[in-house]
Amino acid sequence: MSGVVDQIFVLGKHWLLGYAPVSVRPLLSAVLSVVPVLVAFPLLFAITTVLERKGLGRIQNRYGPNRTGPFGFFQPIADGVKSLTKEDIVPDTADHVVHLLAPLLLVLASFLAYAVLPMGRNMVIVNLNAGVLFFFAVGSLVELAVFMAGWSSRSKYSLLGAMRAIAQMISYEVPLVLASIVVIMEAGSLSTVTIVNMQTGYTGIWPHWFVFTPWGFAGFVLFMIAATAESNRSPFDLPEGESEIIAGYYIEYSGFKFALFFLGEYLGMFATSGMAITLFLGGWAAPFSFLTWIPSYFWFFAKLVALSVGFIWIRGTLPRLRMDQLMNLAWKFMLPMALLNMLTAGTWHFMPVGLSRWLVCTVMVVAPCILLGRGLARKKRFQVRRYQFVE
Amino acid sequence: MSTAAYPSAQLMLEPAANGSEGQLLEVSMGPQHPSTHGVFRMNVALDGERVVKLKPVFGYLHRNHEKIAESETYLGSMPYTDRLDYMCSITNNWGYALAVEKLAGIVVPERAEYLRIITGELTRLQNHACLIGFLMQDMGASGTPLMYAFRERESILDLFESLTGARMMCNYMRFGGCRADMPAGWLEQAQKVVAAFPRFLDEYEQLLTGNEILMERTQGVGVLSARLAVSAGISGPMARASGVNYDIRKVDKYGIYERFAFRVPLGEHGDVYDRYMIRLLEMRESVKILEQAMRTIPAGPIVDPKLRIRGFRPKAGEAYGRIESPKGELGFYLISDGSPNPYRYRVRPPSLINLTVLEDLCLGHNVADIVVILGSVDIVLGEVDR
Amino acid sequence: MLGSGILKGMVETARNFLGSYIGKDRLTTVQFPEERLPQIEAARSFPFLVYDGADWQQGMRCVSCQICEKECPPKCIFIEKSKDKKPDAMGKPQFYPAVFDIDISVCMSCQICVEVCPFDAIKMDVDFELSTDDRFGGLLFDKQRLSKSNEYYNAIHPTEAGAVDAHFAEERAKLEAKTKAALHAKLALAAEAQVAGGEPR
Repeated sequence: MSGVVDQIFVLGKHWLLGYAPVSVRPLLSAVLSVVPVLVAFPLLFAITTVLERKGLGRIQNRYGPNRTGPFGFFQPIADGVKSLTKEDIVPDTADHVVHLLAPLLLVLASFLAYAVLPMGRNMVIVNLNAGVLFFFAVGSLVELAVFMAGWSSRSKYSLLGAMRAIAQMISYEVPLVLASIVVIMEAGSLSTVTIVNMQTGYTGIWPHWFVFTPWGFAGFVLFMIAATAESNRSPFDLPEGESEIIAGYYIEYSGFKFALFFLGEYLGMFATSGMAITLFLGGWAAPFSFLTWIPSYFWFFAKLVALSVGFIWIRGTLPRLRMDQLMNLAWKFMLPMALLNMLTAGTWHFMPVGLSRWLVCTVMVVAPCILLGRGLARKKRFQVRRYQFVE
Repeated sequence: MSTAAYPSAQLMLEPAANGSEGQLLEVSMGPQHPSTHGVFRMNVALDGERVVKLKPVFGYLHRNHEKIAESETYLGSMPYTDRLDYMCSITNNWGYALAVEKLAGIVVPERAEYLRIITGELTRLQNHACLIGFLMQDMGASGTPLMYAFRERESILDLFESLTGARMMCNYMRFGGCRADMPAGWLEQAQKVVAAFPRFLDEYEQLLTGNEILMERTQGVGVLSARLAVSAGISGPMARASGVNYDIRKVDKYGIYERFAFRVPLGEHGDVYDRYMIRLLEMRESVKILEQAMRTIPAGPIVDPKLRIRGFRPKAGEAYGRIESPKGELGFYLISDGSPNPYRYRVRPPSLINLTVLEDLCLGHNVADIVVILGSVDIVLGEVDR
Repeated sequence: MLGSGILKGMVETARNFLGSYIGKDRLTTVQFPEERLPQIEAARSFPFLVYDGADWQQGMRCVSCQICEKECPPKCIFIEKSKDKKPDAMGKPQFYPAVFDIDISVCMSCQICVEVCPFDAIKMDVDFELSTDDRFGGLLFDKQRLSKSNEYYNAIHPTEAGAVDAHFAEERAKLEAKTKAALHAKLALAAEAQVAGGEPR
């Protein structure tokens, strides 16, 4: 019975395909795979925007939106109506074609990334042999879209914002990819389905997720920090530094195009979270062996929501990093840590199974982190200070 | 094309003969900006992200305060002083009352002095809390510390409302004392608020002070040397963060401040982190003063019994009264010619004087730092422009 | 350790998040207009004229001395004296304002008019929901709009109104005592005159 509930979407798709003539079946199969994703993720985006506003509100001792609909959950509908009915202002000197294409490309690139994420058992749109590589390649299209937006607006603020955004996103691609390489090393394959399948076993009740290994945990942390930077979220939201250059590269956008940028940013956040779940958190696998009766797609989306909550929490707490500090973090801290992590993963693979490899690898991960952190901080002498008082 | 008629519209950079200055980007962080603390404009010339030149442009909120005072009576100017530094109306009132009392030789009864100190230090608390909140907001902490600061500010504003009648535009001081006495239960409520304040400060520090991102963004940024501070006339927490030991409460000993034991924190480096920490420490000292004052407040009249509200004519002469407002040295200079209206009324606005060194603080820093440095200077446009 | 400050901050935020579901001190929003904060007694919004009794025109305390008009800093009060007189709160015939306008879009709620009024005729109201979409006169309050009864004044500022009422009662008692004493003196004088005139008593 649980197998049927778990595979209900797959069975439904095959049932519908049965009614179509054979020549049309490949096309219909593709459409039936893609449409649920196109429906589910924008819906998740809508819910996440409300949850974010309510979450931030509660952190700040206030209610979030609570007037539109029950507990404010119709707020995205109101926001959608607002952005659709707003006047679309394009500056006279702007490049109109590129100005229109930029948000479209952003949304397109973000959607393409969902093609290789396994959202449940047997529920991946395309099982590519080089799935992870495809994901990162498509993710780079996002940077192009951001630059198109900033450049075509022909405004100083948007130019500043676009420059910052490009520098940030390119810098953080490197730790992002390097952090995922350790998983690929261990799994021996670039296919997302293989990687998830490797994590579905259990010893006793504990799962075999990669995050529960020292190198996996370090990789997960690095991946999540880089993912925050890739989606331009706080504390890395300097390109859209609201209090300095107002909206940065999308300052000249209004109406629905602005909503598309917003959508693209959140979809990117979901995509990188989805990849983090696939690589480190076991994809659609349940956290304990006695919970496997709950369907696999539920676990995938639960983990996605948990990571989104983490993003919202960080946003509510931290101020944003300045440009050069951002870059320092990427190149001077995260890149060496990611490289050392690869060394750790190799050590893990070649040491015999047992307590000793846990100890060795944990030390190999923790020690450089502390030493590097202290070394970098000491150079700039950042510390909590003591003050003298005068009567 | 001559833009000399509108100096603010002039480009700061001449089109260079050799084209080398063409690489500089000139941005106007214009009057409509979420982080300039009011309608304030900065013409910034950038080399990439580094600031090469910075010219502040203000005057967007000029309301002829000093000229209006020349046609109002002395008491009639009191509500206008509320609106100078609109966050701290009580200390504005106090400075003005001090100046007029010096001019006319009026003595203030003791209970009124206590009330002045209590309300003045409460004002300092809420101003510094809000300032730190706004500084964090400018740094991008999406309003969380700001909301916490405003939560505490609300309790203080409720106290002001039950004492003076209004939350912000208090109009509380009179020449020779205060306007209204505490209603029943006010002192207990105020003691409760003040007792809860150190816990709020501890939570605030836990959220902010050890935060690595905060330290990275504020330490070493916007350094003001003590020498520049003294020669530019900087006062208030900004000067004390640079190590200049100058607190008018200790220097002039106005009111009855010398009866209370409190310390003055001094910074060393003069950067934004020091200014933030000094204000935090000053809040703790203010809590100490408040506890002492509320314990020992005596009974008595709150205003000089001989005071007449109408027909107040001080003798001809001049006086300068200054106080340590939360932003710095707030001074009022009055020249009287014996008539009910002042002949000349001049406000020494600490925000404006502290703002004159903005270019020196910002040179060589990034655009992102400009906003942080401006936030740490603590300006209120109502005071800058009057 | 690198990141410990950030983690401490996140603990603080989480505490506020969870606390907002538990206690009221971490969720301080008052959802206006369904919930309202209790009205603070000393609050002031805009002035109003007090009248005693039931008739707002006869019971108005204002005697049109125009002191508030002179002292008002932004000069938002406009008064025109009447030609005839009517009895004031003490019963003495006084002028009254034929026109008493306050432009509350100019008024800055400083309360100086209340402080200088020698007749306790003008006091501060607490009503702040005064928005109107009539921009040509909607915020110019005339005499009738400004007049509110003494019962209303007692309802919004109990201590202050109590003190004013006590003061008036004292003044009236003194006036009555004076008139009674004067009446006694007159009667005594008349009686003496009668006795001196030799008329039978």
